Amino acid sequence: MKERVVVVGASAGGLTVAEALRRAGYEGAITLVGDEAEPPYDRPPLSKHLLSGQWEPDRLALRSEADLAASEVELRLGVPASGLDLGARTLTLADGARLTYDSLVVATGVRARRLPGTDGVDGVHTLRTLHDALALRDRLRPGRRLVVVGAGFLGTEVAAVARALGVEVTLVESAAVPLAAAVGEAAGLFLTGLHREHGVEVRTGATVAGIMSAEGRVTGVRLTDAAGASVVPADDVLVAIGCTPNTEWLADSGLSVQDGLECDEYCVAAPGVYGVGDVARWYNPLFGTAMRVEHRTNATEQAMAVARRVARPEERQPFAPVPYFWSDQYDGRFQAHGHLRGHDEALVLDSDLAQRRLLVVYRTGDRITGVLGAGVPPKALRTWRGFVATRTPWQEALARPRAAAVPTG
Amino acid sequence: MTADPIGVPLMRVTTERDRCVGSGQCAMLSPEVFDQDDEGLVTVLQEEPADELREGVLQAADLCPSRSIRVHG
Ligand SMILES: Cc1cc2nc3c(=O)[nH]c(=O)nc-3n(C[C@H](O)[C@H](O)[C@H](O)COP(=O)(O)OP(=O)(O)OC[C@H]3O[C@@H](n4cnc5c(N)ncnc54)[C@H](O)[C@@H]3O)c2cc1C
Ligand code: SF4
Repeated sequence: MKERVVVVGASAGGLTVAEALRRAGYEGAITLVGDEAEPPYDRPPLSKHLLSGQWEPDRLALRSEADLAASEVELRLGVPASGLDLGARTLTLADGARLTYDSLVVATGVRARRLPGTDGVDGVHTLRTLHDALALRDRLRPGRRLVVVGAGFLGTEVAAVARALGVEVTLVESAAVPLAAAVGEAAGLFLTGLHREHGVEVRTGATVAGIMSAEGRVTGVRLTDAAGASVVPADDVLVAIGCTPNTEWLADSGLSVQDGLECDEYCVAAPGVYGVGDVARWYNPLFGTAMRVEHRTNATEQAMAVARRVARPEERQPFAPVPYFWSDQYDGRFQAHGHLRGHDEALVLDSDLAQRRLLVVYRTGDRITGVLGAGVPPKALRTWRGFVATRTPWQEALARPRAAAVPTG
Repeated sequence: MTADPIGVPLMRVTTERDRCVGSGQCAMLSPEVFDQDDEGLVTVLQEEPADELREGVLQAADLCPSRSIRVHG
């Protein structure tokens, strides 16, 4: 029988695996299974151009209908995978269909966490899918009141878009400084300052005690902070408190799914089973640690690495990328290269809120492991990224001539 | 489409700058063909790069997170 690769999850990661396999000359059958009914679309614009109304959904399509048809990939959209029998190399779909495979790629991504007790309350949103984004966009009107719970990059992006649309925004964060654990205090304070300047009410050190509603529709958020209890009235609430990997369908498979599908440095979870994208926790030898990153470029890079591996198993190469992400905030853009989380030191090389300029480098152990910038010339960022990619010792990276690497002005 | 002296058609590279998010993947993967302006947006250094640059150009197009790069031919 003809060999078959089954890819589960038909988004940035899964689609790229399928296409890259064909490009690498893979001649077996390829089946791409996805639970969303829409043809594959891109997510980053959901909180940016789509939410602001600049783009309509057609601009998010990852491929044209014609390209999909020409790709010789069997698409099974609108049906989730529901179970896996590793021994029999068989996947079960929710409609009862069974698919046998030689190689299985898990690219099922993550879903937004919800606040307990808010299911079915109108006006409480999460943002992960096209459907979510259109529902939220529909509600963003001048003068409306939006409470964003969670001041991560997603919550803050939405706050920025909503402000530009004339919405009254309150940003609620339980940590004392937003994003401090991820990018350090200075960058978190910079971001907070930026939002305050744009008229966002930022409430830090505040936890949500409950959601208030009347006739099934949200009316406000009850908060607790150092000052006591308070209520923030709301027409809508966006819950942006992180994500959960979509691995429930693997629960009985015997695969390890603690926080994402556990993979080795080759993105292998078990013989013939690979993880790709937001759902995959793999060992990144460049940083000597296991990581799971929810970044757009990682999904594509990992997909291409796995496709190469499946098509040409003899070319074993560990997947050792420098993670990258960007986030648009008002008219500026934050960009980061490296593994910032868990850093030992975040050194601010430049910070000028008025000029919208920030440059922070990160140390873990005695190495430079990351860089975050806003308003920094692209070549400077790439220089720092180079140090991260080449495992440059911290002192050495800082001592290099930095004419190109530190902006002046 | 133009051809090189022995008649092999060259590839042609186009970009959609209004999609570009300034990630710099292209400039890192294929510095001969792509660069970024001061805003970080992609610029094309050679619209019809020679065939030995094809691999890097295709990689850049694949890895571009905003799908701003098209390779024709
Ligand atoms: C609003 C928003 C803004 C973002 N902005 C940025 C940004 O600015 N920069 C950045 O770097 N990253 C950003 N990201 C993250 C980026 O979009 C993700 O990293 C990327 O989508 C990961 O791709 P993926 O294919 O791994 O997973 P996903 O895109 O999550 O796709 C997984 C797919 O699998 C499907 N699926 C789940 N379970 C099953 C099942 N059992 N059977 C079949 N199918 C299943 C899902 O429905 C989904 O279609 C953003 C994400 C969102 C939501
Ligand atoms: S890779 Fe794409 S998004 Fe990044 S700079 Fe190049 S064209 Fe722009």
